[in-house]
Amino acid sequence: MMGLLAQAALPPAALPARQKTVAVVIALVILVVILDLVRRRKLREEYAVLWLVTGILLLVVALNYGLLLWFTRLVGAVMPVSTLLFFGILFLLLVSLQFSVRLSTTTRRVKELNQRLALLEEELRVHLEERGPRPEGDLEGEEGPKGPAGP
Amino acid sequence: MTLSPTTPPRRDLLVLVPARDEEASILQVLQGCARALPGAPILVVDDGSRDATARLARQAGARVLSHTFGMGYGAALQTGYLYALRKGFSLVVQLDADGQHDPADLPRLVEPILEGRADVTLGSRFLGKESPRISFPRKMGILFFRTLASLGLGGKGFTDPTSGYQALGRKALELLARGHFPEDYPDADVLLFLARSGCRILEVPVTMHPRTSGASMHGGIRSLYYVYKMSLSLALTPIRPKKRRRTG
Repeated sequence: MMGLLAQAALPPAALPARQKTVAVVIALVILVVILDLVRRRKLREEYAVLWLVTGILLLVVALNYGLLLWFTRLVGAVMPVSTLLFFGILFLLLVSLQFSVRLSTTTRRVKELNQRLALLEEELRVHLEERGPRPEGDLEGEEGPKGPAGP
Repeated sequence: MTLSPTTPPRRDLLVLVPARDEEASILQVLQGCARALPGAPILVVDDGSRDATARLARQAGARVLSHTFGMGYGAALQTGYLYALRKGFSLVVQLDADGQHDPADLPRLVEPILEGRADVTLGSRFLGKESPRISFPRKMGILFFRTLASLGLGGKGFTDPTSGYQALGRKALELLARGHFPEDYPDADVLLFLARSGCRILEVPVTMHPRTSGASMHGGIRSLYYVYKMSLSLALTPIRPKKRRRTG
């Protein structure tokens, strides 16, 4: 019992071979998936940045356990696992923040498009009216004094 | 100079009525506008209404711009400003479509700008003789934003900074049509922005009626969001980047 506790309290000096293999494989899979998504244009390069950085960091840490230990001491954590969790959460925070910023931009752009569409529709309507009687297909379908009710 | 029915209609003046699902009151409001400012073109910006608002307004002779989907009161106003600038109007007076704002007060809002005494006029229900009956939380809210806005303006406050009954001259229109304008609840923060951009803002007493139809923008959880949003916006307005010019 005491032995287990002592083992748990101290980080191992080196990563066991099996753990190392698993970590490297996971990191490689993440990197390949991200690069493939970018290749197939399913993921834009700008959004891939954070993911790529994470994948590379994971790979580096898996290959060089000493680096993780050094970093653990640097941030003042006790266990290397805490360091990993800490950076995992930090990464998720950054990704969410990036999405929120993007969403704000997109919202503004959608608004501007909607406004311009409204202006254009009216301009087109006035333009068509000035050109004389409207042809069969009414612009809005439901508008106009004698137009048929829209769907 | 006064605007009376005998005054020839001014072609550079646009009455702007943002509306969303206001079929019950829109006609009455439009008729009121036509009586108060005869000959002035009226623009209804229909913010994704699902009822007959747009059709009724068009039949009543108003120009109508329809948003494909609703984006909020502020976005509707801004669409109106964009239209006004594109069509060369130099003065926009805006009022709500729900019947809260009495169109009879329109000339009162327009005159100070025509006379060059102000760039923006703000219809205040608290400057009038009768004090309106409003709910206690609403009163507290107005008091709160009044204080916040006056802090931002170095003590020069407004009695009714949440009023949407306003008239805007060309300078203010250009400031608001291009660049950022809040989509949901533009009021005290916009005034603060205008004031800081050098617009002269004048308050004018107006009558406000209880709403005749529709749902208030302020109620329930949304009023909490409103308080949050307006506080944050007011706090940040002074330190925002000055102008983001974009072609409209």
